[in-house]
Amino acid sequence: MARGVGWLGWAVAAGLPLAFLAVFFVHPVAAIVGRGFVADGALDLSGFADVFGRARTWRVIGLTLAQAGAGTAIAVVLGVPGAYLLYRTAFRGRGVLRALVVVPFVLPTVVVGVAFRSVLAPSGPLGFLGWDGSFAGIVAALVFFNYAVVVRTVGAFWAGLDPRAEQAARSLGASAWRAFVGVTLPALAPAIASAAAIVFLFCATAFGVVLVLGSVSYGTVETEIWVLTTQMLDLRAAAVLSVVQLVVIAGVLAVAGRARKRRERALGLASPQREVPRLALRGPLARRADQVAAVVTGVVVVVLLGLPLGTVLVRSFHQPDGGWGLANYANLGTTGGRGALEVTVWDAAATSLRTATDATLLAVLVGGLVALVVSRRPRGRSARRAVGAFDALFMLPLGVSAVTVGFGFLIALDRPFGLALDLRGSPVLVPIAQAVVAVPLVVRTVLPVLRAIDSRLHDAAAVLGAGPARVLAHVDWPVAARSLGLAVGFAFAVSLGEFGATSFLARPDRPTLPVVIFRLLGRPGAENLGMAFAACVLLGALTAAVMGLAERLRSGGEVW
Amino acid sequence: MQDIHGRRRAARRTGRAATAATTLATAAALTACSVLGGDGADPGGSDATGDAGGGTVVLLTHNSFSVPDELVERFEAETGYTLQTRAPGDGGALVNQLVLTKDAPLGDVVFGIDNTFATRAIEEGVLEPYAAPGAVAEYAIDDEGHLTPVDVGDVCINVDREWFAEAGLPEPTTLEDLTDPAYRDLLVVTNPATSSPGLAFLLATVGAFGEDGWLDYWARLRDNGVKVVGGWEDAYFVDFSGPSSEGDRPLVLSYASSPPVEVPEGADTAPTAALLETCFRQVEYAGVLAGAANPEGARAVVDWLLTPEVQAAIPEHMYMYPVTDVELPESWVRFAPLAPEPFEVDPADIAANRDRWIAEWTDVVTG
Repeated sequence: MARGVGWLGWAVAAGLPLAFLAVFFVHPVAAIVGRGFVADGALDLSGFADVFGRARTWRVIGLTLAQAGAGTAIAVVLGVPGAYLLYRTAFRGRGVLRALVVVPFVLPTVVVGVAFRSVLAPSGPLGFLGWDGSFAGIVAALVFFNYAVVVRTVGAFWAGLDPRAEQAARSLGASAWRAFVGVTLPALAPAIASAAAIVFLFCATAFGVVLVLGSVSYGTVETEIWVLTTQMLDLRAAAVLSVVQLVVIAGVLAVAGRARKRRERALGLASPQREVPRLALRGPLARRADQVAAVVTGVVVVVLLGLPLGTVLVRSFHQPDGGWGLANYANLGTTGGRGALEVTVWDAAATSLRTATDATLLAVLVGGLVALVVSRRPRGRSARRAVGAFDALFMLPLGVSAVTVGFGFLIALDRPFGLALDLRGSPVLVPIAQAVVAVPLVVRTVLPVLRAIDSRLHDAAAVLGAGPARVLAHVDWPVAARSLGLAVGFAFAVSLGEFGATSFLARPDRPTLPVVIFRLLGRPGAENLGMAFAACVLLGALTAAVMGLAERLRSGGEVW
Repeated sequence: MQDIHGRRRAARRTGRAATAATTLATAAALTACSVLGGDGADPGGSDATGDAGGGTVVLLTHNSFSVPDELVERFEAETGYTLQTRAPGDGGALVNQLVLTKDAPLGDVVFGIDNTFATRAIEEGVLEPYAAPGAVAEYAIDDEGHLTPVDVGDVCINVDREWFAEAGLPEPTTLEDLTDPAYRDLLVVTNPATSSPGLAFLLATVGAFGEDGWLDYWARLRDNGVKVVGGWEDAYFVDFSGPSSEGDRPLVLSYASSPPVEVPEGADTAPTAALLETCFRQVEYAGVLAGAANPEGARAVVDWLLTPEVQAAIPEHMYMYPVTDVELPESWVRFAPLAPEPFEVDPADIAANRDRWIAEWTDVVTG
């Protein structure tokens, strides 16, 4: 009986997210990609030969892989020291810094593009680098956006790692570096692989950044799909490139999955009361690791994050009349110069918060269930395979173009599965589209934590007579709940910052903050420009506040 | 040992987990005013596209559409329709979505198809002809009235006058001037593949130099240091040296309607100006969608867009010029004249050649 209930429970836990993904992702994407492969009612795959015959296609694919690879590698190299500093040492201002590093993650690319270009353009402070419109400029921006993903994903995991293994290695005579490379780094591998996979997918599908910073020379698969779909209506070529995207994602996920699996095992979760050591930079107790991490992170925070963010902040105080002050912030209560907007920026902020709340609830529910299902390690080989495929399936939305999803919604949701229910233009689509993108982040945040639970705990609980529900409630839930705060924060941040799909779906009378900012920047005049920067600061502040709250929710005031 | 440990830890954690759950629940409760509930409800039901003589009429438009609220309210009061607008992307995305959804239209009426995409929309059969009583013949695209012209605008090179005055250099006036070494590294334009003013300027050069000469012109422009960026906001706010920007290039691709915005309050002269011999004219159209659920309402919206009130609001709200004869804002009369003879390319030629032109342009400019 209990066993039957267990099976039913798992079926629901897996079925609910699957249904969600099928209706709001697989079906729309299949519909739009399918259109590209059907000509006059018959299957037509000649597009492949045609598109792969173009030299441009190969250049675009090469560039996509190159910029995503470089962006990911640098984000990981810079992010791991950041994770150490922010999660394994204690110092004044750590909470603020933790919230701050997430801000870039949500800022609309169109504003960051302008801010980045202001810094990199020949007239900007870093103009001497000659990075404007260059590959280096794009990669720098990709690292800017994704640094937080590495810091937080790896950091949260690192914080819960039992330090005694490393301490043991040290006391047996290993140098700090050897102990790190030999003990800690392998233990961190699952989290690093998780983070790297996410960052790679974000980089590979980056759109605005490439468009703004890459100009004409640096098209990627994503910008190419956008141009083909929205400007040229060449669905055949767009469909081929969408398939290319899917293949690349599948490859990346397979590699990341293997890296994770090799290392993934139950980890000794550290005692919750344990304090992390204070940051030691000077004096007899100074630790080399702390110094390195502090320097690397300091440079990243000041130069890479600080310059563009500072530009946005400074310009938000630059008034239309040429002076300095709060005029741009006062204007947030208006609809912009000459009716630039339909609503005030505050209204848009309220819409953003409401939408993000819906999207977050949805993403945490769906993502939480996915993580729970995937965290099980069934004995049978095929069952294990099925779980692996299930896991990969929910990562796909990160790697599929927002244009593809947005256009797919329009042709697939007029009568979803034959139901007389035209969902297109319905306001519920916005949080749903955002949740689809946020789910993978929730999964990747919660899953490493769930997987780190020693399966002997499950077995022991079962042996002692606890039913599956009881095991869940007393073994998995308490541990998972600790990572839920971070998941909530990420989901909220993704939703607040999402622009691609939202711009297709949001109704003009109910725009979100990024949509409003985009619109303000599309109009001439110092007043609208100033408002755009002020609105951007507002968005950043909201995000930092939400992340700060999520941090509390996550830890109840202590580490983990 | 570990088991006991785990259980104890679990028990301790449950309290915190409960806190987390409560917080989530509270958040959910607080946002009962979320999109799904509260003020998210649509007046007139979300997709009841209405019966004839009332109900909702859905206007599809691009993301620059803007009309004062009072005018929308007056339209609704006078006609009994509820107007719902949806703006699913820029002009190109809009037309392509119409094409993709023509079997199940997203709305009843469209505004914002321009002359670079008009032919595609007509040829794909997404529009139902309608001879609007107030239609202006000057910009008509065909005899059947598939599309009704609503507003026009000129895409032109803008010049930072202060910069040229300070440099003691005469301002350029023609397209040819822009290739003069005296103006080397001074111009920034946008990518025609990703930006609509960019495409318009490409068409200006096609109109000016013809199929045989335009690519050669771009080669000369490239050799003279033209900078190409992704979007208008980049060119205007980052690279342009004008008053609201901080860049170092005094020549930028923008609109004939941009200069008034840069005029400080009470000033007599504009710090920037449009070079009227470098312009391409964009015409924006409205049309009734084939298969509209509310065709009556759709026609009422087209008529409404041509009323003197809406036409008069267009300059300040959409930075375009009305097609009918209504009074322009004073600052426009003074600082934003339309080009007397903008360059033209036949819409059918644009539809037939656009993709090829963009590809050829890309080869020349990046080559």
